[in-house]
Amino acid sequence: MKIHEYQGKILLEKHGVNTPKGIPAFSVEESTNAFKKLDTSPVVVKAQIHAGGRGKGGGVKLARTSQEVEKLANEILGMNLVTPQTGSEGKEVQRLYIESGADIDQEFYAAITLDRNKEKDVFMVSTEGGMEIEKVAEETPEKIIKIWIDPLLGIKRFQASELAYGLNLKGDAFKKAVSIFLKMYNCYVSTDASLLEVNPLVKTKDDHIIALDAKFNFDSNSLFRQSEILEMRDLSEEDPYEVEASNFNLNYIKLDGNVGCMVNGAGLAMATMDIIKLAGGEPANFLDVGGTANAETVKNGFRIILADQNVKAVLINIFGGIVRCDRVANGVVQAVKELGLEVPVVVRLEGTNAKEAQVILKESGVSIIPAIGMNDAAEKVVAVATNTGVK
Amino acid sequence: MSILINKNSRVVVQGITGSEGQFHSQQMVEYGTNIVAGVTPGKGGIKTINDTIPVFNLVSEAVEQKKANTSIIFVPPPFAADAIIESALSGIDVIVCITEGVPVRDMIKAKEIVKKNNSTLIGPNCPGVITIDECKLGIMPGFICKKGNIGVISKSGTLTYEAIDQLVNVGLGQTTAIGIGGDPVIGTTMKDCLTLFEKDTETEGVVIIGEIGGQMEIEAAQWAQNNMSKPIVGFIAGQTAPPGRRMGHAGAIVSGGDDTAEAKMRILEECGITVAQSVADIGSLMKNIMKTN
Repeated sequence: MKIHEYQGKILLEKHGVNTPKGIPAFSVEESTNAFKKLDTSPVVVKAQIHAGGRGKGGGVKLARTSQEVEKLANEILGMNLVTPQTGSEGKEVQRLYIESGADIDQEFYAAITLDRNKEKDVFMVSTEGGMEIEKVAEETPEKIIKIWIDPLLGIKRFQASELAYGLNLKGDAFKKAVSIFLKMYNCYVSTDASLLEVNPLVKTKDDHIIALDAKFNFDSNSLFRQSEILEMRDLSEEDPYEVEASNFNLNYIKLDGNVGCMVNGAGLAMATMDIIKLAGGEPANFLDVGGTANAETVKNGFRIILADQNVKAVLINIFGGIVRCDRVANGVVQAVKELGLEVPVVVRLEGTNAKEAQVILKESGVSIIPAIGMNDAAEKVVAVATNTGVK
Repeated sequence: MSILINKNSRVVVQGITGSEGQFHSQQMVEYGTNIVAGVTPGKGGIKTINDTIPVFNLVSEAVEQKKANTSIIFVPPPFAADAIIESALSGIDVIVCITEGVPVRDMIKAKEIVKKNNSTLIGPNCPGVITIDECKLGIMPGFICKKGNIGVISKSGTLTYEAIDQLVNVGLGQTTAIGIGGDPVIGTTMKDCLTLFEKDTETEGVVIIGEIGGQMEIEAAQWAQNNMSKPIVGFIAGQTAPPGRRMGHAGAIVSGGDDTAEAKMRILEECGITVAQSVADIGSLMKNIMKTN
């Protein structure tokens, strides 16, 4: 799960990491009021969307007067912001953050994330702040200083010092940076974040260390114990179909093709998408119905898949382990009867009670195309998807 | 022989009185698994599964009184890592954690403890391990398997079944099948499993099934290139997965670099592994290799 920059800054402040004073604004009026309240100039008007590269897309601008704030808020609120991370379709801006400008002396990069290979959190800093860190990593990897944190010990002061030395900081700024790094780690751990990136982290001319940006990702497995984070979720930033699917405990991701698929298990679901492509089709979605597929799940799955107007045929691929194929077959029959499906449905059922399932499908009288094995299933569904496309 | 578990494994089920624990303990007993005890804190003293299996409050009691050396965990996500640590500190050798949705922060700590105590952890978020006709420690349908000479390692549950089914259809049985799990941090890696299969005299070939995200398949392939004498057939799921999207498994996300399906397939091939382009070819490719060997 992701949150907005201004929400991330609330978390950082709460853990003692300094950020510039700022106020979120949902309208032009709130933006000018925020400017008044901040009582400083210049301010930065920042678009709040769940994607990086906002400055490049024109979503971050400087303002010196209330009139300028008003003009920028008018421009940015409601605009479709396209950044390198949003894709070409962009994201509509619904929130702004009005923030005091900072007197920047130096810009750094600082981030904590999980290193999957080492199975430890890695804390990275670089003197190349404000830049794209992927580029720095590629061209001048020696400019990124990394320390790995023992999960049982947590970060140690000497490690935070190592990071601050790496940035060539001295005196007061050094001490402050060490303290900020320790606090950043505490914030990362106590919120169950999977990424905390501050780019840039700046040293001001009067030797303060301040986070000018805040990007958080959270481990969705931990949200059950992070009610504060869960409250920050902005559903308007997420695909509405995916949100609906998650309400039914279904794992759905919309793609661009025309062959819908409903599968049990994430790995098999991906492999099903792949084999549809190999058979000459394009998958319309990823949908994992999970380990407890029954009539209700199948029906909800159908509804979500068919809400996508591109879908011309559906492939159901179930390998029953705990899931019993006869139950899935009953679900398919019931769903087809209730929803009156207008697209062809290819069904491949294997594993627990597969034979009983075949009988149920055959005797139901609903027009379902049975398939045996994944090749057969993929070829059949692609064939019917293309035909209906021609009609 | 086989790897990790066999008919002599003495199993304790953690979370045996929950609905998942009840259902799958029954299934495992029917398969022939030697379940010697169950653990549910607060329910020690009763017997369960048709009044045959004693329930203890602590794993250490099951170890002392019933000589349990293997555990399987059906405990809800908030308490799963604690259950793993309890097993490791009680001296259990092989721990299988079925639970899906364990916080990553809990797992990196649990894994450190497992390592320090020289235990082996499989999972979490996995279907478990099965040594055919001897011991089933998991939730997979035992009836689809057949005893034979192929080892199976997979990140995904249902893809494990798919591979087993294809192997059986071409006349190849299995020694042990392991679902290692699809989370970012798991107890036993593909390389670890390959190492065990290489040492196992009964196993003659191995199927590895990976997916997008992480470096585990690459690490396994590079190890196999220099250390593995037995043939490997590999498959990577997620060729059509868009970058930056988590495809179900917490670990299945393309975050740039070598973790796409395409890159992994290329590297596997470079390391001498026979790569199935289509999931439907896993069985037939292994059949061809076993014929020529």
